Amino acid sequence: MNAASGVAIASAATQWQRLRALIRKEARQLLRDQSNILVGIALPVILILIFGYGLSFDVKNMPLAVVLEDASPTAHDVVSGFYLSPYFTPITLASLHEAEQLMLARKVDGILYLRTDFSRQLAAGNASIQLLVNGVDANRGRIMQGYARGALAQWAAKRASTGAANPAGAVTIEQRLWFNEANNSTHFLVPGLIVLIMTLIGALLTALVMAREWERGTLEALFVTPVRATEILIGKIVPYFGLGLIGLTLCMLAAKLLFAVPVRGSLLLILLASMLYLLVSLAIGLLISAAVKNQFLASQIALLTGFLPALMLSGFIFDLRSLPMVVRGISRVLPATYYVELLQTLFLAGNVWVLIVRDCAVLAFFAVVLLTLARINTRKELD
Amino acid sequence: MRDSLHRILILCRKELLAILKDPRSRIVLFVPAILQSLIFGYAATYDLNTVPYAVLDQDHSAASRDLIAQIEGSGIFRRVLQLQVPQQIAPAINRKQALLVLHIGQGFERALTAGDSAAVQLVLDGRNSNTAATASGYISTIVEGFNARWQQSHGQGAAPLRLEMRAWYNPNLETRWNMIPSLIAALSMLQTLMLTALSVAREREQGTFDQLLVTPLRPREIMVGKAVPSIFIGLVQASAILLVALLWFRIPFAGSFLTLYTSLLMFTIASVGIGLAISAFSANMQQAMLYTFVLLMPMMLLSGLTSPISNMPEAMQYLTLANPLRYAIEMVQRIYLEGVGFAWIVNDLWPLGLIAAVTLPAAAWLFRHRLV
Repeated sequence: MNAASGVAIASAATQWQRLRALIRKEARQLLRDQSNILVGIALPVILILIFGYGLSFDVKNMPLAVVLEDASPTAHDVVSGFYLSPYFTPITLASLHEAEQLMLARKVDGILYLRTDFSRQLAAGNASIQLLVNGVDANRGRIMQGYARGALAQWAAKRASTGAANPAGAVTIEQRLWFNEANNSTHFLVPGLIVLIMTLIGALLTALVMAREWERGTLEALFVTPVRATEILIGKIVPYFGLGLIGLTLCMLAAKLLFAVPVRGSLLLILLASMLYLLVSLAIGLLISAAVKNQFLASQIALLTGFLPALMLSGFIFDLRSLPMVVRGISRVLPATYYVELLQTLFLAGNVWVLIVRDCAVLAFFAVVLLTLARINTRKELD
Repeated sequence: MRDSLHRILILCRKELLAILKDPRSRIVLFVPAILQSLIFGYAATYDLNTVPYAVLDQDHSAASRDLIAQIEGSGIFRRVLQLQVPQQIAPAINRKQALLVLHIGQGFERALTAGDSAAVQLVLDGRNSNTAATASGYISTIVEGFNARWQQSHGQGAAPLRLEMRAWYNPNLETRWNMIPSLIAALSMLQTLMLTALSVAREREQGTFDQLLVTPLRPREIMVGKAVPSIFIGLVQASAILLVALLWFRIPFAGSFLTLYTSLLMFTIASVGIGLAISAFSANMQQAMLYTFVLLMPMMLLSGLTSPISNMPEAMQYLTLANPLRYAIEMVQRIYLEGVGFAWIVNDLWPLGLIAAVTLPAAAWLFRHRLV
């Protein structure tokens, strides 16, 4: 062995030692402050419970005022469907005024109104029923309209099949909801939740940690040591990467055991995609803190560029296809968008390779670019 | 009394200066609120306006073409694929090329003319079941229209029963109309809470809070001095978003500004109270921020902003009673869209008052008595 390679091996060994010491220091610092543990472990648990049990788009038992000015058997027959439907909890009232009071007080979400001459008009083949919905929650209003239409169509079909002389055909829809036969919104919310938690642990925690070191000047102290900037970054990334994986494990366990969300794709791919995304969001956090070097600004920017877009713009709750071009463009440069697509596909649809390869490649690209940027911004120099 | 007021005023001025002296802070406090209300105003909608879909027409008849034409004519559905065999359905959905596939089988027209029910199959991508349900609702409406026309032209006269639908306060049922008023409360709370949470924690971390405690200022006065600037900034932010709603999205404002600002003021006081309590409790800025976050996320999610509170299980609904944002969103929506007066929002105002009455004194007490 010649002298040069001996030196190289020795320096590689000391480099490794330095890195290990840094990682150990960061991990200890992480564990010492209970607020980190709170965000890394308690918050995922709280969010899992909220998402699994609290949030739901599955509307049931909507309170509905049924105003029957015409109390004939026919009128009762027409609205009977509403009383059997799991979507409505009807209250029968005699006057429209009473119903409007209830709607104002938000005791009911809608009013179904049959006028005095309803059965006479129906016999004449020209009856109308009024449905008033409270539009303040537009989504709920529309769902209510849909179900009401369905209930009346059912009644009409039943009547047509019993009484009519020469029935004309009608188109019926056989609906099949792929990937989510039970139509259970928990199934798409839980993958979205994982995205939020990964974003939070990655971007927010690291942004704060680095910014604090800049603010307190402890990073400058590190600069006078032989430690390289890359090593400082790796030292920061490793412990938080670990914390993120713990959060991921908790979510996966809850998805499987508590909420029975199916995992149709490969578990290994979910893990791989999550690691990629975790790297991306860690890099975002490091980049933010290196760029602003101030805890207040770092936290605000992490909130504005991390958490809110991941909630609102990633396609996790709101469908991206309906956005105007500009906003959709913004969502396309968000790493969270690709991670949401990956997780929803891997959990519910299966290994759709076209999507998986493309989205993983995009995430890997983001990771490389952002980590490089973070490295460039963490130069060993003073302002 | 006069002295006390004077001291508070001076502290307020100092706090405002501390927040606003950094140009970057000024930007981060006001520009994002406006940008976000613009972006989320467009993004946060459950309404669909372009649905990519695929058709598998095995009937090739006048009736099937007519049905497809009606779907096409709605302006919402955009045909991206024309399928030939059922085997093509799976890849079209799996790869997210189409949100739904309409499968019209052979014998569709024959069944219709014979007076039977003719089934069409609708395959939907359920990865987001909410979106799928909305799209399926649109298709049902179109099919219903098709049926009515078909029956009319085949000798059955008009449908005996019509459903006339009207929506109060939001005639076209646009999600944006309820989302943006909610954002007035939600977005302004987000940053105000964080700002307040940092106020005491920053001084603790830098050691200047101890100095503040040995001045003639009483803890109560410090509390007011710290709260007022944050309340002010919160209201300015809310106003900025209100302007976006009024001037950019042109959502008609049905209520009175006095009612709106009274409720916003009450809400901001309550959220600032929570922020100050967190701040007084935390040892340093990092803790303050993380605690804020742990509180903020559930507060946002359990506020009715993204999914209605009435859908939640009962236990969770009780939990939302401690959430100031829940009351604020309800109030702002009702004042903005329904135009209700004070009588209808009293039930939302007093819980906010209660939250403020607990958190603000708690913060003042914690200034001196923080354990650790």
